[in-house]
Amino acid sequence: MNERVRAAVAAVRDPELTVLTIEELGVLREVAVDGDRVVVTVTPTYLGCPAMATIKADIVAAARAAGGREVEVVVSHSPPWTTDWLGEAARAKLAAAGTAPPRRGPVLVALSVRCPRCGSPDTSELSRAGSTACLSLWRCAGCGQPFDHMKDH
Amino acid sequence: MTSTGFEQALALGDDALIAAQRMAEWCARAPEIEEDVALANIALDLLGQARALLSYAGELEGLGRGEDELAYLRDEHEFRNVQLVELPNGDFAVTMAKLLFFAVHQQVLYAELAGGDGPLAAIAAKAVKETAYHASHATLWTVRLGDGTAESHRRMQQAIEHVWPYTHELFEGSDRRGAWLARVEPVLADATLTRPQDGWAPTGGRRGVHTEAFGPLLAEMQYVHRAHPGARW
Repeated sequence: MNERVRAAVAAVRDPELTVLTIEELGVLREVAVDGDRVVVTVTPTYLGCPAMATIKADIVAAARAAGGREVEVVVSHSPPWTTDWLGEAARAKLAAAGTAPPRRGPVLVALSVRCPRCGSPDTSELSRAGSTACLSLWRCAGCGQPFDHMKDH
Repeated sequence: MTSTGFEQALALGDDALIAAQRMAEWCARAPEIEEDVALANIALDLLGQARALLSYAGELEGLGRGEDELAYLRDEHEFRNVQLVELPNGDFAVTMAKLLFFAVHQQVLYAELAGGDGPLAAIAAKAVKETAYHASHATLWTVRLGDGTAESHRRMQQAIEHVWPYTHELFEGSDRRGAWLARVEPVLADATLTRPQDGWAPTGGRRGVHTEAFGPLLAEMQYVHRAHPGARW
């Protein structure tokens, strides 16, 4: 049952970046199963991430559906979440969904972000604050389309 | 029993909470839609910091008070935030001056705390990356307005003069003012603004002494919770 619960929790999707699971996003840190008792440790992307309540509720529901009875979700702030935890597959999924993935490494100043639609590097940041705390809004000069970029964090 | 740890977490949590509440007042009132979203996001970041810090303060206190009790069920004299964050928003220049001075202070402070250990260090390590964005946002506007038209320059200068006295309270009992000045002064220079003289230094926030504007802010923030005690969504 351990693996079933773990897989069910890992498959929970982020309610805002719906193409990613919480595991792919790096929000899921640990699933500890002891009999029918499950303790799930998560870490928020941003301290004020409003999706956290939904994520917790979805985790509890998923773990129960997979056989867990007593499910506890623990929020840990250490080590702090970083976009460096997003693997290549997760970045590819974001790009395919029209969201430019974050760049790797300690980049805080926006240099150039490639357009996820046409690949052009000729883009500009319209607003550092986008539709969610972790996204910024960009426009591509190549294809003229606006797009989201997951901020390097 | 209250301890130094509790007082510290409470003070930082109150700073973030009241800064968030003030910033949220801009929601649907900012000069353009992108700015509206930016300010709301900054307010949300600050609220997230406040929730983590106040929850931690509640644990340290050990009296069963959580983030909601601390945020909604205390009166003015029980809040430990600096007066800077409770000042009314004023015009956009005043808001940006407040944000610049406060965010740079948070950056310096959180970077230092993140080097320690325990829950406070973990919260600080997360928050420091968020405040870097806030400081950068305020810097862009300070330079744009200061080095803009004659009118925007006049109002940005007026704003920093108005807010400057309240920045002294951020550094009571700490030696972080040097690091803060080292970051703030180049921004003011870039913005062609004159760094205000040090003089009057209002104080008292950390002891529960607040400005006249604080009561109405709390009334707005707390009334739903107090009108409907224990209500849940």
